Amino acid sequence: MSSIDIPLQSGRFGSTKRRDRWWTQPIFTFLGLSVFIVYATWAAFQGQYYRFGPYLSPFYSPEIFGNPLHSWLGAWPAWWPSWAPISAALLILWAPGGFRLTCYYYRGAYYKAFWADPPACTVGEPRKSYRGERSFPLILQNIHRYFLYLALIFLVILGLDVWRALWFTAPDSGHVQFGIGVGTLVLAINVVLLACYTFGCHSLRHLIGGRVDEISKSSVRRNSYNCVTCLNARHMLFAWTSLFSVMFADLYVRLCAMGIWHDWRII
Amino acid sequence: MPTATFRIWRGQNGKGEFQDYVTEISDGMVVLDAVHRIQAEQANDLAVRWNCKAGKCGSCSAEINGNPRLMCMTRLSSLRLDQAVVLQPMKSFPSIKDLVTDVSWNFRVKKAIKPFKPRRPDAADGTWRMAQEDVDRVQEFRKCIECFLCQDVCHVLREHSLHDHFVGPRLLVYTAALEMHPLDNENRVNELRNGNGIGYCNITKCCTKVCPEGIRITDNAIIPLKERVVDEHFDPLQKLFRILRK
Repeated sequence: MSSIDIPLQSGRFGSTKRRDRWWTQPIFTFLGLSVFIVYATWAAFQGQYYRFGPYLSPFYSPEIFGNPLHSWLGAWPAWWPSWAPISAALLILWAPGGFRLTCYYYRGAYYKAFWADPPACTVGEPRKSYRGERSFPLILQNIHRYFLYLALIFLVILGLDVWRALWFTAPDSGHVQFGIGVGTLVLAINVVLLACYTFGCHSLRHLIGGRVDEISKSSVRRNSYNCVTCLNARHMLFAWTSLFSVMFADLYVRLCAMGIWHDWRII
Repeated sequence: MPTATFRIWRGQNGKGEFQDYVTEISDGMVVLDAVHRIQAEQANDLAVRWNCKAGKCGSCSAEINGNPRLMCMTRLSSLRLDQAVVLQPMKSFPSIKDLVTDVSWNFRVKKAIKPFKPRRPDAADGTWRMAQEDVDRVQEFRKCIECFLCQDVCHVLREHSLHDHFVGPRLLVYTAALEMHPLDNENRVNELRNGNGIGYCNITKCCTKVCPEGIRITDNAIIPLKERVVDEHFDPLQKLFRILRK
């Protein structure tokens, strides 16, 4: 490649001629992601208060081991190491966590907020060397589409959880009846926001049609691509709203299960 | 008539200093107007590159208060004038004089990108048929006016001077316009990964923010190209499908 004639000078860390409050966005990103990481880690290690009536916290869904009546594979097996924490969330959270970690939007956001790489546009960086996403470990970001496949499966599971959250067991008769509680709405809104985030994924946009140069040849592909493109334009919005909705859904179920909040029945 | 202070970089070949100029301003003026007034009244040797004054030629790119922008499209009313407006040349390219930089590197690198290679004509008369919506996707990239503000703001070039390894957002947009064209048959994926260094982009979206034409550079050009690189180099399932299809 053609070289540039004069070596350019890089600025000191934080140096810029910008006059606006350029630091606000990385600080809010740092705080927002930190709150989520701290809460999600804490909640994942609790291993209790994740189910209330027909509601199941999205952090614990699917429940692979746990309550024998509800979990996929029954109670925790006897061979489970005694030193390992007993929490269904720890078995599954790596998948949605990996999806967000490798997401194109979040990558750009946390490179700035946590790595200062760069801290903001036209602001000096702390490091002189730079390897980008060309070598280990960041080259692993290229597996994003595999996390997308898992995220799509999780969406179906969380959708089924919303369906189950519509059926309440009467405490006196034991009969199962249709109903809608505030928790049902919380879980439903969470799934809608997660769907808007997942279906707006850049990798999905590529796989569903972006990889083809003549997209008009299939109307199904063209319409799907246009739908994903529409959601993709708001990817940042849904990345944040779904992040907080999933956290709030866990908090809601947890506080109801602990008896701190009361779940109001609407129907 | 009100006045404003402009702190303008004066110097040659990267050496110089900021000098303050106080000049009269009026309603509707853009930064380039003020620079021209300073040039006419106070600093006849002030070097500034400009042509159309309509945001279409991409000549008057500079950094205004640290933000890469076109001087002809930046109204003074959008700036705080109670303090000096700082004007400096684009940092990612060698300075020639004052506000003028040498952007010839971009044109040299552009020549190395594989050119348009259309498929065989669709009709006997040597013409092709394309659907409008297929060509609409690359039409966005054709809006580029080559102001190189995206190259200037890109931290890979600006902070790390990796001009030998990374072509920058503008030339990735150019590659995307070719690579996604419905008639083009050329494959540029290997070059994107290796020589063009698309892996250096860490999706800061700064290029999208500064584009005066509103091209969604990161979402519509760079990430789709990154995904094409993933198709060929990092996705074993895709590789398997390709082998089976053969």
